[in-house]
Amino acid sequence: MNALAYYYCFVGILKRETYRFLQQRSRFLSSLVRPLLWLAVFAAGFRSALGIAIIPPYETYISYEVYIAPGLIGIILLFNGMQSSLSMVYDREMGSMRVLLTSPIARAYLLVCKLLATSLVSLFQVYAFIAIARLFEITPPLMGYVYLLPAALLPALMLSALGLFLSSIIRQLENFAGVMNFIVFPMFFLSSALYPLWKMRESNEITYQICAFNPFTHGIELIRFALYGQFNLLAFSVCSITTLVFLALAIIGYDPKHGLLKRKSGG
Amino acid sequence: MSNIALHIENLSYRYGERYALRNLSLDIKEGVFFGLLGPNGAGKTTLMSLLTRLLKPASGEIGVFGYSLSKHANEAMRHIGVVFQQSTLDLDLSVAQNLEYHGALHGIAPREVRCRIQQELSRFELLDRLHDRVRDLNGGHRRRVELARALLHRPKLLLLDEASAGLDIDTRANLNKHVRTLCTLDGIAALWTSHLIEELHSEDQILILNNGQCLAQGQARILQNKHKAKDLPALFSQLTRPAE
Repeated sequence: MNALAYYYCFVGILKRETYRFLQQRSRFLSSLVRPLLWLAVFAAGFRSALGIAIIPPYETYISYEVYIAPGLIGIILLFNGMQSSLSMVYDREMGSMRVLLTSPIARAYLLVCKLLATSLVSLFQVYAFIAIARLFEITPPLMGYVYLLPAALLPALMLSALGLFLSSIIRQLENFAGVMNFIVFPMFFLSSALYPLWKMRESNEITYQICAFNPFTHGIELIRFALYGQFNLLAFSVCSITTLVFLALAIIGYDPKHGLLKRKSGG
Repeated sequence: MSNIALHIENLSYRYGERYALRNLSLDIKEGVFFGLLGPNGAGKTTLMSLLTRLLKPASGEIGVFGYSLSKHANEAMRHIGVVFQQSTLDLDLSVAQNLEYHGALHGIAPREVRCRIQQELSRFELLDRLHDRVRDLNGGHRRRVELARALLHRPKLLLLDEASAGLDIDTRANLNKHVRTLCTLDGIAALWTSHLIEELHSEDQILILNNGQCLAQGQARILQNKHKAKDLPALFSQLTRPAE
């Protein structure tokens, strides 16, 4: 196999993810409705209750809507990562995962392609959201939209890698409710998506420590800083390392030695 | 390149303590239609999963045209086309999109893939369904698309795991005929697994599997004579009948 074959393989996986995304219009709409509801309803209710002090990267007082916008981008990426995990479990149960796994191209490369393709597709949703968010006076500098691309891609990769890893250990679709309860919701609520970390610290030190440790917090902060033209090295490092760890775990999970497709009995 | 398309030597696999396959050995030459017969739970699907690297053998060796599946997996996989028992097509994508995806996973250039799709779908008289969603195809058409897809990267060894399961009698017979034609005309070796004895002929090379063990192997006619069975169903029943 030459380098061109690997390129064709990546393009093919990206096209398939895009086709599937375009086929599922309801998925696109729900991925937009969810953060927009938070923005229009939740933020409107909380803006008077929560005062936001001047914290980096903001240089002035900001509205609550502006504060939670990066967190809502995080919601899109988080749910997209979990959606891709769900679809991989579904593909495995339905059998179409076998097409991917029986390719003559190295399995680790295929999983990286799948990860990248899923993440790129989720960026469409991010830009659609941030465009609509302008109606709510969320107007970062124009260059912020450019910086957002790599800054959102890294958390997207991290969350898709988490999804990929989860798909390698979840045996049945029915177990997915557990993922929502024990991973997605804690990850979202124990982060800086809805409240600044200093507010968490004021109320409870342990909760603050958990939030500060949560890689999703760092994904949101990377996006928040990028939207205002700044680079957050700590967030970047945590996201990069976490992505590599989840990816490595997923590659191990999909290795036949570790028995992804092992069943208790076989025909 | 070896003219032995598939070489299996002392292959074993266990689910926990239970052996799903035990010391299985077989050779399939180029251009041969090889029937693997066994009742449900005999180990046929486990064998297919081992041959396609979905499972890793507990012991034993698999070679595809001389390439070891454990040491040169990617080279070996290039030569294999698979039709799984369970449909693996993406129902929400069109026939063309499913085939293009498969071509990409084999690193084939998109232009070449489009050309091969035309050829394979013409061969299976499905060209007019190119842009139909797979969901809108009937079971027989879906199976033919799967076979066309399995041939897209020009494999020399075709693995068919109960490929005719769930099809009506005519469609089953047509599929079987198609595969036999591929063996004769294109020199492709085919491993056809089934529990339906009528799909195999007395001239075929066969292996009868039960409880993960090989009960008999060779040309069906010779095995019939050896076991004094009047036909293949009688032989199958004689060998797989539980001991009293």
